[in-house]
Amino acid sequence: MEPLLFSHVTLVSCLGRGLGVHRDALLADKSGLSPCDFEDARLSTWIGRVAGVEDEPITGPFAAFDCRNNRLARLALECDGFAEAIARAKERYGSDRIGVFVGSSTSGIEHTERAYKARGGDTGPLPGWFVYRTTHNAFAPADFVRAWLGLDGVTTAIATACSSSAKVFAAAHRAIGFGLCDAAVVGGVDSLCLLTLYGFNALELLAPEPCRPWDVRRAGISIGEAAGFALLERDRGAGGIGLIGFGESSDGYHMSAPHPDGAGAGLAMRAALDRGGLDPAQVDYVNLHGTGTRANDRVEDRAVVEIFGTDRACSSTKGAFGHTLGAAGIVEAVVGHLAIAWGFLPGTANATTLDPELRARVIERATPAAPAVVLSNSFGFGGSNCSLLLARLER
Amino acid sequence: MRLGVTGIGVIAPGLAGWPEARDILRGAAGYAPAPLPKIVPAWLPARERRRATRSISMALGVAEEAMATPERARGVPAVFACSGGDTDVIDTLCCTLLAPERPVSPAQFHNSVHNAPAGYWSIAIGDLAPTVSLSAYDASFAAGLLEASGMLADGGKEALLVAYDVPAPPAIWPFRPLNAPFAVGLALAADPAAGASLAFRLARDRAEDTMDDPELERLRTGNPAARALPLLQALALERPGEVVLPYLPGQALCLEHAPA
Repeated sequence: MEPLLFSHVTLVSCLGRGLGVHRDALLADKSGLSPCDFEDARLSTWIGRVAGVEDEPITGPFAAFDCRNNRLARLALECDGFAEAIARAKERYGSDRIGVFVGSSTSGIEHTERAYKARGGDTGPLPGWFVYRTTHNAFAPADFVRAWLGLDGVTTAIATACSSSAKVFAAAHRAIGFGLCDAAVVGGVDSLCLLTLYGFNALELLAPEPCRPWDVRRAGISIGEAAGFALLERDRGAGGIGLIGFGESSDGYHMSAPHPDGAGAGLAMRAALDRGGLDPAQVDYVNLHGTGTRANDRVEDRAVVEIFGTDRACSSTKGAFGHTLGAAGIVEAVVGHLAIAWGFLPGTANATTLDPELRARVIERATPAAPAVVLSNSFGFGGSNCSLLLARLER
Repeated sequence: MRLGVTGIGVIAPGLAGWPEARDILRGAAGYAPAPLPKIVPAWLPARERRRATRSISMALGVAEEAMATPERARGVPAVFACSGGDTDVIDTLCCTLLAPERPVSPAQFHNSVHNAPAGYWSIAIGDLAPTVSLSAYDASFAAGLLEASGMLADGGKEALLVAYDVPAPPAIWPFRPLNAPFAVGLALAADPAAGASLAFRLARDRAEDTMDDPELERLRTGNPAARALPLLQALALERPGEVVLPYLPGQALCLEHAPA
């Protein structure tokens, strides 16, 4: 496929704000997880919480968008000169020719949770300060990014659970190919809320300690929050790092458990390789979806080994970030970008003893290397799978 | 590009299926809203059928009608466009989060994701073809059509578009006052000769088409998925022409259509 250049990238997570902080944290095998202290949640679990969100409300003309989710998005848009890069892109393309594709799974539902709490009982009106369209509604994250950046082109919110902000890359590629836009802001944001904490708890998928992907004692996920964005443009033949392939598939099996033989996961990975015109041997590093549940890691291990064998360097970075759900795709695309840009293989934070039944070659600690091609997996609830292929672009 | 429409599904009050909707839209029968019958997606296995909510059932109902058989549906990527997801389930969950111990039901939780209908669809047809679930608020139908067309432009032979929305429960309704449920399914093909053909462009200077019948117009403006009605009417009338559907504020999707 025609590659899309990552001409600008940004990320905010529990590890901090901006690319430099994340590079340093990954190189030092840091984990940003902490014991859950979100609202009045009484759960034995760890979370990846972004510090300071409570202190930075959205005010002024965009105040209607104020909610935790959009605040997180705003923090990312203000990092790494991203907003300035978009301003320059607007000069180059026109504000109506830059698409916006944002992934999120729960959007601003935390705003609605607080409204129901303020109401008290089960009946009666929600408080007058409740908004909905610009906070909780599924389009709100994309609408906010578009408004904040002053863009006026094609705009879509994608909500496919844990693959949301990986699938935005595919959507952007199609829109650019179809001529709907000439460049695109892609990314995602998801924020802590009681629904996902208690929902995953009900599914018995929350680990009581920091999640430890691929570990023999792994016991589930740690939920995190994050926001990240990339500006994608057509490859100019001037080098850089780009999206050279993507693959999407479904599991068609169960709403909250992956297909045991990993066929959907395998299909997504192979489709990404096909689209990128690469053999598995040409991939230097696989960033696993690696949530730390017994089922995901087992199934993903099988699918990865079937395609890449047991000698390909892989790792899961969810021990560092937590599982940021709808933001996981962009988080891990940025991790892949950092790995290529700075020359290292990220490790698998919190894993201490790898499960001997899993056969993928999982890198435990960050290792200097020169990966030129990275595959990143995001396999979502409801069986929505997406794999992204990133690579150094030729001059 | 031109693409072809090879199948249509509709479920809305008084429009129970494409044959009935087609007669009404071409003026052969009058339109009167009538309560929706219970929709049971026939292709879902028993366990998922028991757990399917109203929005899941409506989305699958129109997908089934548009594709006609599970065999035809396999291998076809699908776009599910819904402006707001399942607000009934969200309402229930938000109340549950106020109860002691917060006893969230696992089935309710997995039904709360925006892509639940898409997940159920893949299970119903037992297929690995990708799906995407999206929202562009009131522009969701047009956004879904653009995404499905993008899949065809990218080399796909067929794509399924399902657009659906269901009114919210009382607590949320004042903030999102949809006046009726509506679901539409369009089976699309890259070959414009495969059915009625469509070509389109985005424009900034066109006003959206309205329906002449006041009740149909009320339906069109009362549900984002029902913004498809002028297109459905064009397909029913089987005459060449152009329809203008709303996209994002200030933008419209102009669809030039010709019968099969």
